Amino acid sequence: MTGDGMDLWRRLRGTICILVALYLIAPLVIVVIISFSAASFLQFPPPGLSLRWYVNLFGDPAWTSSLIVSVQVLIPSATLATLLGTAAAYALVRGRIPGASMIGAALMLPIIVPGIITAAALFGVYRGLGLNGTLTGLIIGHVVITLPYVVATVSSGLRTMDPRLEDAASTLGARPGAAFRRVTLPLLLPAILSGLLFAAVASFDELIVSLFVSTARVRPVAVQMWSNVRGDVDPTIAAIASLCFAFAFVVLLAEGFLRRRTGIEGPR
Amino acid sequence: MTQPMLELSGLRKSYGTHVAVENVDLSLDPEEFVTFLGPSGSGKTTTLMMVAGLQQPDGGTIRLQGAPIERQPPYRRDIGMVFQHYALFPHMNVRKNIAFPLEMRGLAKAEIDRQVADALDLVGLAEYGHRLPRELSGGQQQRVALARAMVYRPALLLMDEPLGALDKKLREQMQREIKRVHRERRISVLYVTHDQEEALTMSDRIAVFNRGRIEQIGTPSELYERPATRFVADFLGDTNFFSGTVLGSSGDHCHVEVLGRPVEAMAPRPVAAGTAVVVAVRPERMTLHPVAGDAGLTGRLIEVIYLGASRRSVVRLADGGDYFALHPASAAAPSQGAPVGLSWNRQHATVFPV
Repeated sequence: MTGDGMDLWRRLRGTICILVALYLIAPLVIVVIISFSAASFLQFPPPGLSLRWYVNLFGDPAWTSSLIVSVQVLIPSATLATLLGTAAAYALVRGRIPGASMIGAALMLPIIVPGIITAAALFGVYRGLGLNGTLTGLIIGHVVITLPYVVATVSSGLRTMDPRLEDAASTLGARPGAAFRRVTLPLLLPAILSGLLFAAVASFDELIVSLFVSTARVRPVAVQMWSNVRGDVDPTIAAIASLCFAFAFVVLLAEGFLRRRTGIEGPR
Repeated sequence: MTQPMLELSGLRKSYGTHVAVENVDLSLDPEEFVTFLGPSGSGKTTTLMMVAGLQQPDGGTIRLQGAPIERQPPYRRDIGMVFQHYALFPHMNVRKNIAFPLEMRGLAKAEIDRQVADALDLVGLAEYGHRLPRELSGGQQQRVALARAMVYRPALLLMDEPLGALDKKLREQMQREIKRVHRERRISVLYVTHDQEEALTMSDRIAVFNRGRIEQIGTPSELYERPATRFVADFLGDTNFFSGTVLGSSGDHCHVEVLGRPVEAMAPRPVAAGTAVVVAVRPERMTLHPVAGDAGLTGRLIEVIYLGASRRSVVRLADGGDYFALHPASAAAPSQGAPVGLSWNRQHATVFPV
């Protein structure tokens, strides 16, 4: 009786999971299919298949230059966010800083407050500094936006790591620097790399801050997409969306792989 | 006169308003094995952590071989430590774990290899050098932790409940192993446990901790036979406590009225007539009389529990309390339910103020 109940529940749960997955994935799948469309406007199902929108994407300087800008912003901002975020997480979790939880909450604000508030604030500050429309301005803005991802992943990595390991290193004669390099850093590396990957994806996807501080000359992909959808829509937008999706997908796969491979166990 | 290996004096530590360690004094001789025994929260681990340098004392001094070290960071103290859950580095194999303290001391590669091999031999893990900690059993991880804490020959070895996570049989085996290593390496050991049996079998001396203070320091037999406080008598082994009033004292012992009967007991400190006290007697020191006599207390034998080598008799006295007597299983015993008398030799009873 209970066996049948369990069985029914399991089947029901399976069905619900599949429905939710379909609900989440269906729009993406449709976008990917449209990107291979032969038609000149967004139409589903497409009348025929072609690669013309991908050719168009890489042939149009507006798109290629925006891709280059995105990469030019993504690499330094994700790197900087990772360095700063790791240092901040270490200080917040391991240090004895008064008001650590307040500081931690403040660092998380950019992903909690509506993006437009952060964006407007940056825009206002940049106007005085002449940073609007510059690559530097975009990079700094993206560091602010991506820092919380790094702080969150590295903090949780540190919290699951046994602090006794660092104590043990210290009693065994390791100075703080050596203990960090030989014990903390190798054990924390998977968390730091996940933080880096999340920061990279977040930077690539960031629209609102970029919209405020970029200009037509320095315009990342997300902003180019935005202006494209508002103008004459053709399936190029589906092609770039599919590429964004592929990028995020590959990054998340890499992150999962990393986590499995370095699956380091905690204490006990 | 030999210099003590470790001297603690007036060591104090509090967390906010909670006093964790209060005025701890202790002197540890070279090659001595001293155990901190006490319930959890009694300050024993905090004291150990202050010796290791992982906690900062609020006051007092710590001297290692005569030199004050309480301001030194852990990595400058010449101390080895074995942690409760081993704290082996999970990303390094056994050999790398043991080599770590030697590398930190800048030894040459060949010398490191030689000493690591030596340490692996000492703990009987010569074949396991390439394994990761998670590929080892609890007992093996414990041995690696021991080898890692000793390989650089520190002046003092600290062990914080190192066997707490092991099952009973393995624990006894590891106790012998630790004692063997202690003998062979002639090292001083400070050992923390809440397991009284472990403390009794392993230690040269035991310091019993209670509420942040050391209640008594002494050899296992001193503590067991002549507990200085009621807490020690209660914490170490089983003890019967009889409430009573002092009738008078003469020399090192006194007369106490318990349940209307006069009994005798040793008094570690002088007690005035009329003082309310408890008389502590070990179950194995109690004599059980088949008939209620003139001497001792009278009650009823309510239960006899057979324990294999011995037998425990439960006697209910007039105050309604149950008291225990322990005897060899071969000794003759009154039958269950019979009225019995309980008495003891005054050498084996101690009075403590309530």
